[in-house]
Amino acid sequence: MVSKRVRKRYLALKVVSEQFVNERDVMDSVWNAVLKLFGEYGASQANLRLMEYDRQMKFAVVRCFHTALERVRASIASITEIGGKPAVIYVLGVSGTLRALRKKVLT
Amino acid sequence: MRKFVDLHLRAPIKDLYKVERMVRKSSELGYRLVGILLPLNASRDQISQLQHICNDTKIDLVTRVDFSPKTPRELLNDLRRFRRKFEVISVTCTSKGVARQAAKDRRVDLLHFPATDLRKRFFDDAEAELASKALSSLEIEMAPLLLLTGFSRFRLLSRLRREVAIAERFKVPVTLSSGATNEYLIRGPHDYAALTTLFDMSMPSALRALSENPAALVERNRVKLSPGYVAPGIRVVGRKNGV
Repeated sequence: MVSKRVRKRYLALKVVSEQFVNERDVMDSVWNAVLKLFGEYGASQANLRLMEYDRQMKFAVVRCFHTALERVRASIASITEIGGKPAVIYVLGVSGTLRALRKKVLT
Repeated sequence: MRKFVDLHLRAPIKDLYKVERMVRKSSELGYRLVGILLPLNASRDQISQLQHICNDTKIDLVTRVDFSPKTPRELLNDLRRFRRKFEVISVTCTSKGVARQAAKDRRVDLLHFPATDLRKRFFDDAEAELASKALSSLEIEMAPLLLLTGFSRFRLLSRLRREVAIAERFKVPVTLSSGATNEYLIRGPHDYAALTTLFDMSMPSALRALSENPAALVERNRVKLSPGYVAPGIRVVGRKNGV
């Protein structure tokens, strides 16, 4: 039996925070949000991974399974602080490929 | 293209800089119409200042007021005094009597229930049946979902799941709004739609609750509050000189 390849989705994120935030802080907060809302089972189904992070622009690209997109999006929306300080992460765009995402976000 | 609406920005209207930041953030996130909460004694100057801010950011302003009456009689008095002064009227129902009166009164646009005191959430089958006949909408604020944690949050989610199912069964429109007190609590419409999956609201229903439902409510009220309006289907189209 041929196993189906699970499609992925790339999300462009913008971190808004008054303090300096590195990629570890961002991913920790996203993972914690997913765990809090959906538990370990939900987190295991997301296959979440950081692809790129620009420290100066506070811009990140993460990847997840397409079946977990809404859960990941809800988790990201629920973040209200990073490292104990107020912060927000906005989803700038979602796409099936990195190339299309860059094109979407840049325009 | 959908026109996204946020009918509940709790901006501190005395701090116009903060209001401008919140309105600008809403515009960046894709909202085209925002409702700013005003006090009952809001002056024309304050409203025109807010209008000016919204015009600069190319956003349509909706004037909104929240009533928190203690008795049905108080609600009726407030409606009689203030209905024609504001475009959107929301009633925070803190007792069953008030909830029933608000649901059956056609002058009430939004039914709002406290997020933290779940004993005061009276949206049940009887309430929904009254609301469906009077065209009131159930308002769900998203800010408490962002601020509450643990036990409080999942109890609220459980209650919202039940209320959304009741609203769907009785065809009561649901309106999602931010309830944001600062720009950090405002999220994009698709992010709010994703959050509604936490209480089993479908994506199409969530997007409707962020666009068509509140927009239709505002449109309906603007027509009713327009100078030429007399009754449904009847408008003044012209006047004779001296009459």
